[in-house]
Amino acid sequence: MAASSTGEYIKHHLGNLTYGQLPAGYERTCHGHEQTLTESTWTFACNGQEAVDMGFMAFHVDSLAWSGGLGILMCFLFWLGARKASAGVPSGFMNFVEVIIGFIDTQVRDSFHGKSKLIAPLSLVIFCWVFLMNLMDLIPVDFVPKTFEWVMVTFAGWDAHQAYFKIVPTTDPNITLSMSITVFFLIIFYSLRSKGIGGFIGELALHPFSAPNKLAMVILIPINLVLETVSLLAKPVSLGMRLFGNMYAGEFVFILAAAMLGTWQAVGAWPWAVFHILVITLQAFIFMVLTIVYLSMATEEH
Amino acid sequence: MNINLTLIGQAIWFALFVAFCMKFVWPPISRALEERKQKIAEGLSAADRAERDLELAQEKATANLKEAKEKAAEIIEQANRRANQIVEEAKDQARTEGERLIAKAQSEIEQEVNQAREQLRKEVSALALNGAEKVLGGEINRDTHKQLLDQLAAEL
Repeated sequence: MAASSTGEYIKHHLGNLTYGQLPAGYERTCHGHEQTLTESTWTFACNGQEAVDMGFMAFHVDSLAWSGGLGILMCFLFWLGARKASAGVPSGFMNFVEVIIGFIDTQVRDSFHGKSKLIAPLSLVIFCWVFLMNLMDLIPVDFVPKTFEWVMVTFAGWDAHQAYFKIVPTTDPNITLSMSITVFFLIIFYSLRSKGIGGFIGELALHPFSAPNKLAMVILIPINLVLETVSLLAKPVSLGMRLFGNMYAGEFVFILAAAMLGTWQAVGAWPWAVFHILVITLQAFIFMVLTIVYLSMATEEH
Repeated sequence: MNINLTLIGQAIWFALFVAFCMKFVWPPISRALEERKQKIAEGLSAADRAERDLELAQEKATANLKEAKEKAAEIIEQANRRANQIVEEAKDQARTEGERLIAKAQSEIEQEVNQAREQLRKEVSALALNGAEKVLGGEINRDTHKQLLDQLAAEL
């Protein structure tokens, strides 16, 4: 592949299928013809620039569809398991479900010492769902996007370049940050519930530096506030960006292999895929463990 | 890599799945696992109990066996004693019976001897009378000498 088309190829593979609102008066060139929008319109973005111009009012349809679909699949499988759950001898699929549940249960019990009905199912969903989303990385990069492209070009009359399609939701920072921000709100909620508003603010203001002297304490409070607020806000950001970064980098290597090796990508991508199995599992595990740890820190007194 | 409404969409998915698992997945499975744990614990303790019971039963069986053996030995001894006694009794009985038979035989013999003697006496007196008759030529009358002859016969 030529250098320019390699660049195009990579760019195309990193774009999301975006459905969003374009403002009135927006000039666009789509499907080969130019038009100026008379009013703000909800539509699929034709290129990367349009996706950027849509701003906040847009959805990544591919990310949401894949994450939702995988989540529903996961829930369905676990629901099947839950329906068959009994104290008798487990068999086949039930064994598998129980192994996962047992594993999550151990992790939660090890790290979280409070009582909560939410933490265990939350950890279960995080681990399994993130794992499944990461797993999409192992599907050869062109299988699904090319199929989607063919369908859209054939049946919807789209331009092939417009048919962006990413099947790994965790390579979309929206997805990972959304989950980590949800966890962040849970951290705040658990902190407030176990310590009260005063306790929570006290924790932000009176640590890590404290002094017996009242005056010195007053001086230290702003420093503490800045430090603790930064460390509090760093939690969701690092949680989300870690997962995103790992998966994005992994996906990038697959795309590079595909761009440079073409049909021979299987040879190049295979060793990376084997290694990537580790990353996929590890990142799902880390996300779950950190969630448990953060929530347990939120509930425990210092 | 734009941050947009996907953020909120994903949060809704997240909440839905967590709520689903919290309601329909986690409780039944963890309850089942807990129940099984309890069942296994009960099973293990039952096995322990059974083992103890078995030990106890074995001890009891051994004791019973020992007792039975002792009883059997006692019975055998008793039987032996009784047998000896019976044999002794039988011997005694046999001896007395024998003695009785011997005594009876002797008295019969005596009686026979006496009878024979009586007969002999009669025959001797008859013979002596005959002889005397022959010697005296019929001088002796049976009736006249009857008293003398009887006396003679009694002396024999």
